[in-house]
Amino acid sequence: MSPAPTPKPSAPPSAISVRNLRVKYGEREILHGISFEVPAGETLVILGGSGSGKSTLLRTLVGLEQPSSGEIWIQNKDFASISENERDDLLKKMGMSFQGGALFGSMTVGENVALPLQEHTNLDESTIEIMVRLKLDQVGLSGFESYMPAQLSGGMKKRAAIARALAMDPEILFFDEPSAGLDPIIAAGIDELILKLKKAFRITIVVVTHELASAFLIADRMILLDKGVIVANDTVAEMQKSLQPRVRQFLDRVPEPELTGEIDYLQMLTGDVPPQRQ
Amino acid sequence: MDISTRQSGAATIVDVVGDITLYNSPQVRRVLLELLKEKKTARVIVNLERVRYIDSAGVASLVEGLKLSRDLKSTFALFGLSRTAREVLELTRLIKVFEVYNNEEEALRGGSTNAAPAR
Repeated sequence: MSPAPTPKPSAPPSAISVRNLRVKYGEREILHGISFEVPAGETLVILGGSGSGKSTLLRTLVGLEQPSSGEIWIQNKDFASISENERDDLLKKMGMSFQGGALFGSMTVGENVALPLQEHTNLDESTIEIMVRLKLDQVGLSGFESYMPAQLSGGMKKRAAIARALAMDPEILFFDEPSAGLDPIIAAGIDELILKLKKAFRITIVVVTHELASAFLIADRMILLDKGVIVANDTVAEMQKSLQPRVRQFLDRVPEPELTGEIDYLQMLTGDVPPQRQ
Repeated sequence: MDISTRQSGAATIVDVVGDITLYNSPQVRRVLLELLKEKKTARVIVNLERVRYIDSAGVASLVEGLKLSRDLKSTFALFGLSRTAREVLELTRLIKVFEVYNNEEEALRGGSTNAAPAR
């Protein structure tokens, strides 16, 4: 047997590597060639205002949108050039918690969590039942397996959706606005849950949010997206110290300047807007 | 993953080699259920010394073995947990539910004394 290659003592391997990614909806380009890495076991928070492209980026990372160019490498595999089977295997290692929860309303909470296991594994039903209870316990929903999603509060729905995302023991977990629409106490509970999952399972986590308090609590690294480009990619400490104007504006919650000049206002009314940044 | 069994007195030791995951845990479950249900083994001991990682399907299969052993009035123990396997059982709050021993000798002797945590 040949000796195993000596691992490089440098940075940990990337769970996700995004290289010059461009995504278009029709003729309109949303992401303008962005690149970043997510080391295995770290939590990346993608920050950005409405329309910054952060949700598009997340949807592209999980294969729901196709890049117009660029590369996405997940666990050292090029997402675009792998076989269908390899892609399925990779997707099984990825869990996604959608913004609205996306639970199936006609199924109980337990059935929602069991679904990926029934679809993708040959596990016995009795094993799946135990796994469902384990997952619901991990998100603080023990005993809720027979509830319908409509019977749950907003925070409980989010937790149930996280339990479903965890069903297959993913190595990479994606969250789209995990605390949007939740009261601050429930939102803090979701943050705590994300931290617990990271610590316990060493899952690589990617979170899209515009909630700053949450972002600073859960992130190892942060990316600030603005109009489809990355304006900052730093550790939490570096981001907090950043003097970059766009970062400061976002972190200090400074509103966009109003269109006060007559020409700007006229351009806006007549649709003759200045060209967007490319 | 490889799984084999051997006898040691009244106990049957299940040697597992490799990770226990979503895709091979049915094999573990089958062996455990067969030992307990069909062979009426009085004590089943699972050797996890050569298991690096157990996912939640693996944990669920061990829970099924434990549950069945209690129903059938036999006993069920684990030994040789890796740090990761121990963390998974701690996180799922099962570490105190299972009889856990450091090594085979203790597991064979055990049953009446509390298990010392494996480090």
